[in-house]
Amino acid sequence: MTTEMVSVTIEGLPVSVPKGTSIIEAAKRAGVMVPHYCYHPSLPSPAVCRMCLVEIEKFPKLVPACVTPIVDGQVIHVHSPAARKAREGVLEFLLINHPLDCPVCDQAGECELQDFVFQEGQAASRYGDYPKRYNPVEDFGPDILYVANRCILCTRCVRFMDHVTETPVLNVSERGDRAYIGIDPSAVLDHPWSGNVVDLCPVGSLVSKDFLHKARAWDLDKTASICPGCTQGCNIMVDTRDDMVVRLRPRANLEVNRHFVCDTGRADYRWMNRGDRCETPMVAEAGKLRAVEWPDALRRLADLVAAASGPVVMLVGGRASSESLGWLRTLLDGRALTAAMKVPIGPEAPIGAIPNLALRAERAANLGGAELLSVSGDWTLAVAAAASASLVVVLDVELDNAEAAQVASAGTVVHLATVADPRLGVPTLLLPVTTMVEEQGVYVNRDGRAQRFLPARPAPGMAWPAWRVAAEAWALLADGREAPATASEAFGALAPFAGMSHRDLGLTGRVVTAGVAR
Amino acid sequence: MGYPHPIHPKETPVLSTHFGDVEARSYAGWVARGGYAALRMALEMTPEAIVDQVKASGLRGRGGAGFPTGMKWSFMPKEDGRPHYLCCNADESEPGTFKDREILRWTPHALIEGCAIGALAIRAETTYIFIRGEYTEPYHILQAAVDEAYAAGALGANAFGSGKRIEMIVHRGAGAYICGEETALMNAIEGRRGNPRIKPPFPAVSGLFGQPTTINNVETLAAVPHILVRGAAWYAGLSLSSPKSTGTKLISVCGHVQRPGTYEITMGLSMQELIFDICGGMRPGRTLKAVIPGGSSVPIMTPDEVMDCATDYEGIAAKGSLLGSGGMIVMDDTTDMVYQIMRLARFYAHESCAQCTNCREGTAWTTRILERILRGEGKASDLDLLLDLADNMTGKTICVLSDSCATQVVSGIKKFRGEFDAYLSGAKAPALAEV
Repeated sequence: MTTEMVSVTIEGLPVSVPKGTSIIEAAKRAGVMVPHYCYHPSLPSPAVCRMCLVEIEKFPKLVPACVTPIVDGQVIHVHSPAARKAREGVLEFLLINHPLDCPVCDQAGECELQDFVFQEGQAASRYGDYPKRYNPVEDFGPDILYVANRCILCTRCVRFMDHVTETPVLNVSERGDRAYIGIDPSAVLDHPWSGNVVDLCPVGSLVSKDFLHKARAWDLDKTASICPGCTQGCNIMVDTRDDMVVRLRPRANLEVNRHFVCDTGRADYRWMNRGDRCETPMVAEAGKLRAVEWPDALRRLADLVAAASGPVVMLVGGRASSESLGWLRTLLDGRALTAAMKVPIGPEAPIGAIPNLALRAERAANLGGAELLSVSGDWTLAVAAAASASLVVVLDVELDNAEAAQVASAGTVVHLATVADPRLGVPTLLLPVTTMVEEQGVYVNRDGRAQRFLPARPAPGMAWPAWRVAAEAWALLADGREAPATASEAFGALAPFAGMSHRDLGLTGRVVTAGVAR
Repeated sequence: MGYPHPIHPKETPVLSTHFGDVEARSYAGWVARGGYAALRMALEMTPEAIVDQVKASGLRGRGGAGFPTGMKWSFMPKEDGRPHYLCCNADESEPGTFKDREILRWTPHALIEGCAIGALAIRAETTYIFIRGEYTEPYHILQAAVDEAYAAGALGANAFGSGKRIEMIVHRGAGAYICGEETALMNAIEGRRGNPRIKPPFPAVSGLFGQPTTINNVETLAAVPHILVRGAAWYAGLSLSSPKSTGTKLISVCGHVQRPGTYEITMGLSMQELIFDICGGMRPGRTLKAVIPGGSSVPIMTPDEVMDCATDYEGIAAKGSLLGSGGMIVMDDTTDMVYQIMRLARFYAHESCAQCTNCREGTAWTTRILERILRGEGKASDLDLLLDLADNMTGKTICVLSDSCATQVVSGIKKFRGEFDAYLSGAKAPALAEV
């Protein structure tokens, strides 16, 4: 490493950081949070909110921590009386025109203005009885409302549109305390990534229409996950309320999606809450499905696999975990197998200024896993082969009518399903499996990065993760076999991930192959 | 001459010699008055030699900050292969200041010549003159002069046949006071919102279009030709008080004096002589109450402080105020100081660019409190509140607009507290109607 390191003391804590690091980032390393509004690590810093003013010993003035690089040997105080008074002053200025409508504001509970005022603001207002600045709520775009009265003019949204999406449709309009965020009158905020301004907004000024008044922040459970929408593999947080997914938000991963997620990914959560899920293993008997217990169902599955003497076809959806893909492959090992993942294609939508970040055309989150685990055969050929196959295994995939007809014509169909498909008639076996928000697993993105997702809601009924179904059936096929007990074990047992556990991937993933980008 | 009154014996006309002389506006007229000799000299000199001359003259920035001009020029990189820019700040918008306007109106070629020499000194090929949008007449005069200078070969790809390129672009502002702040000025020229930029990087490193840039005031640049022609020693000798303040200064005096106007004095002339001799003193029966000596952004002075004050950078600083731009606002005993301070605060609240929280909200809040006091609705705690807000607005923002607003409040309350108390106690009738 040739990076020159410099050492400073922040709040009495020594910290060593690369030369050029800002005080605010250096403080983070020391575990000291410098309160701030306009600063954001993925945006250029304008140093306008004046919240992050800190004291450097022997400096005549307080300096903004967000734009001031540290110099070796500096002694920096974040919580000195002068710095505290400055922040108190800024908070007071921000509050004089801020409506205290927290009880009806979506941001309440995750609002940086609330947080910092609670932390170190003044107890009472000195503003008196002047009317507050009033501007009407504006409709900025398909999913975004601008509540001007709550705006603290940090300009994160303006800078995001200017510098990240490179579509400068927002600005600061007017001057002085009449200022507000303006939008080009001929434009709407409909850039494929514009929803991020809602997350960037430190207060409840830019709000999502989709999430409007849906839940209070403190009622939400948050689960680290991976966006199941495309091969980019954006890191997300799944917010659930009473086990219902109510919101998807980006989770920081500087290597993959920085702090952002696209609007398509953000909006695509309703399927996670479907009420018409398969909940019980079913077997076909005399043209009808009959509910059975898992041991019976697994025995039937093992028998069907053992009896399959001809070609076997495996058709999977793009949201299947690597564990499920790998263990289905293991279960069908030694058969004349044609395995393919359905990869819907949509328009590619790059974010703009960040290289290698886009909503990808390939709308299959685990295409990387499919390629590593040899489930990447030609989809059309695989569907065509289904009709004459001795066994067809279908895993949670949305088929079109023609495809469904082909599959339905097969003699033996095992459908590992989240939702039953009436077009498939009566499958030989209908096994309820979990979706990616109900299980733990790994997706491999287009750059070969293996990333974990965690269960955000309980599985419906008797549904199991598909890997577990496959592994338990596999164990029945020969003596002495034992199915893995956990998803992590199931993961480590697969050749491309040999010896690794979920924990090894951390929460931001790890590159397991040189890249499967296409 | 008719301009607006004859030159007073206590004035020292250098820049103002040809004020009022319409013929000095034309290229031919300017050359006939000795113009463009300095530019011809400068074209023969090295940049270092020009900078040395200006350093030796002691010339300091006339826009307000008073930074030594030669020193500022020497900060520009040498032989770095990047284009350099000179910006002339003609966005004279400070309340009470109208001295650059006279240069623009009467001797535009003096400014053009100064800009051209300044550009040579900092190795710039292009000069932008950013002129206040409301200066319509000065703009037309300046633009005509620039056109003439191009036609005469003084400007262009081959200035006076020297092989050196001197381009000059006059850029009109759109009415924002803040664009007179040098980094906001650069943003405005670039077509961006006129918000001040955070420093560092300083303009000499990354200024206009990201290139090394120097920004000088109109009066500063207009003084440069005189320094080259008459010598640095002559200019440095123009000093009546502090040797650190040299040359002449245009002072625009407005308010309650008998002869308001723009006057040129030698640095260090006593403020008393300026107000009472050159400007004719107070109107009959009136007495001096207060002076804001350097444009609306500097602390208010009391008569006691005025009486023995030398009008130069050090002299006024010794009295706790600043020479600033030299826009002097004189107020007599009929003045309601609370009202005047409210008017200035209202100006700053109107002109705040809205970037920094402290300025955006602080200037507006300060104005509202002052208005409340003037309506007779003030509270006993209001003065402490004003002073605390002023503290929160001082030294905490990107530029000094909020500091300027706070300065008026702090010096006003400190020096004229009785007038505030009269409103607060009800001893004085409200000066503003209910809103």
